[in-house]
Amino acid sequence: MRKQFVKTIEEILEKDERLVLLLGDIGVFGFRNSLSRFPDRVYNIGILEQSTIGLAAGLAIKGLIPVVHTIAPFVTERCFEQIKDDFGYQKLGGNIVSVGASYDYAALGCTHHCPADVGILMNIPDIQIVVPGTSLEFESLFKQAYANEKMTYFRLSERENQTKLAVKLGHANIVKKGKLGTVIAVGPLLDKVMNATKNLDVTVIYITTIRPFDSETIRKNIDGGKVLICEPYYSGAITGDIAMASSEPLKIDLLGVPKEFLNKYGTMEEHDEHIGFTEKDIFNRVKKLIHG
Amino acid sequence: MKNLKEKIIKMSAKSKEGHIPSALSVLDLLWVLYDRVLNITPEKVNNPDRDIFILSKGHASLGLYVVLAEKGFINSESLDDFCKFKSDLGGHPDRTKIPGVEASTGSLGHGLPIAVGTALGSKIKKQKNKVYVIVGDGECNEGTIWESALLASNHQLDNLCLIVDYNHSGDRALKLGNLEEKFKSFGWTAVSVDGHDQKKIYQALMKKSHKPIAVIARTIKGYGSKIMENKPEWHHKYPNIEELNMILKELN
Repeated sequence: MRKQFVKTIEEILEKDERLVLLLGDIGVFGFRNSLSRFPDRVYNIGILEQSTIGLAAGLAIKGLIPVVHTIAPFVTERCFEQIKDDFGYQKLGGNIVSVGASYDYAALGCTHHCPADVGILMNIPDIQIVVPGTSLEFESLFKQAYANEKMTYFRLSERENQTKLAVKLGHANIVKKGKLGTVIAVGPLLDKVMNATKNLDVTVIYITTIRPFDSETIRKNIDGGKVLICEPYYSGAITGDIAMASSEPLKIDLLGVPKEFLNKYGTMEEHDEHIGFTEKDIFNRVKKLIHG
Repeated sequence: MKNLKEKIIKMSAKSKEGHIPSALSVLDLLWVLYDRVLNITPEKVNNPDRDIFILSKGHASLGLYVVLAEKGFINSESLDDFCKFKSDLGGHPDRTKIPGVEASTGSLGHGLPIAVGTALGSKIKKQKNKVYVIVGDGECNEGTIWESALLASNHQLDNLCLIVDYNHSGDRALKLGNLEEKFKSFGWTAVSVDGHDQKKIYQALMKKSHKPIAVIARTIKGYGSKIMENKPEWHHKYPNIEELNMILKELN
């Protein structure tokens, strides 16, 4: 996804003179061509995330379209107030593209983990939150959203799905229909959900836009009155949205990152095992939900 | 100026809101900016190459509102509604409601980074406008002030002018010492000036440099009212009728 991010930005820099990229001293090698080709619109701005968000808002006041790129905890948890005040409250448009969310940087410890990003940012009215599951989805969703005068948070992931889908900003996809229950898969979890449910008679709904939330598709397609919500960040962020969207009471189960410090190192897959986030876990949770 | 000061005090007394001493501290700075420096008028608030002004210490909004009204950006009658539920004029200024307000401020340490962004944006767009921003000395406790100071000098933002309202109200927490030297060490041109001498303020704001400029304005919090000057208890306090009459009588 990171390579696609570079490719997409390079392409838009050529076409749209309003785009300005601000790197928080990461991705500098990847963007080396853009840095040399567009020195007045691509900056390695430094390691000062809060001021970078304010600076980006200033660019937006001038009619430019900023894209801020750095590691998830530093640009979301550290900068929450800047995103809220400098973009949300001011009604300014801009883009944040993060890497290293959840435990994508598993071995670097909890300072570099960020399962809280989506839940935190959902508190900002009118923000757009995008969790693509593949590189092509990122490209498509970025092009749909980057210039629409809203603040948009794009959450890049280290893992991506093999399943190819055409995605639309603010719209969920129905991947398959079933009768016994519904599984919601967010972003990079789609493959796991599809593999876990391949022999189960359940509906799978795929979500790449958390905000704005597509309540309509959820309302029309929840089957069986039972829902397992699989989210790659802290579990529970969209539970209220799902419950409110449904026209009837639901039995809901949640599978996401638990709210605890994951103070082990190793790999993402080892963390998956540790917190019960494997295909087998998803299969067992769906079975339990639909059969009791 | 006495007329503007009276309006500030009466607005606060009527609404039972506002930060009078902070407004009086920056009033001369605001007046010089809007009267003689900024190339903005009520008819040109959306001109792409207008000068940008940001009141980063947004709690001094009373001072900004009376100047905006005097210069015709907002209706003078609207001052009477300061801080009412449906008023456009709140305790901190809102860019989405008030013509001529470029940034909604309130939380300290936000205005300077935004100003740096607008100055960089002007450079990117090859515009000749200037960007002015007022911060308080207490606000200079915030890390974003010094982050932004580094950004401004590194990106050679000679179109940026920072005014520090140095009334020393923050000294009771953190003493900042010689701010002129501090900004110089961050790569800025810096000058100190009497923040209530409008002629000197104008000269400082007109200073030319190839670096960003910091004008350290020596100000008095509550300037013009001996009852309030340098009295911390007046920071966010409105006068009762008795106090109002006393303040208006001794105001200069």
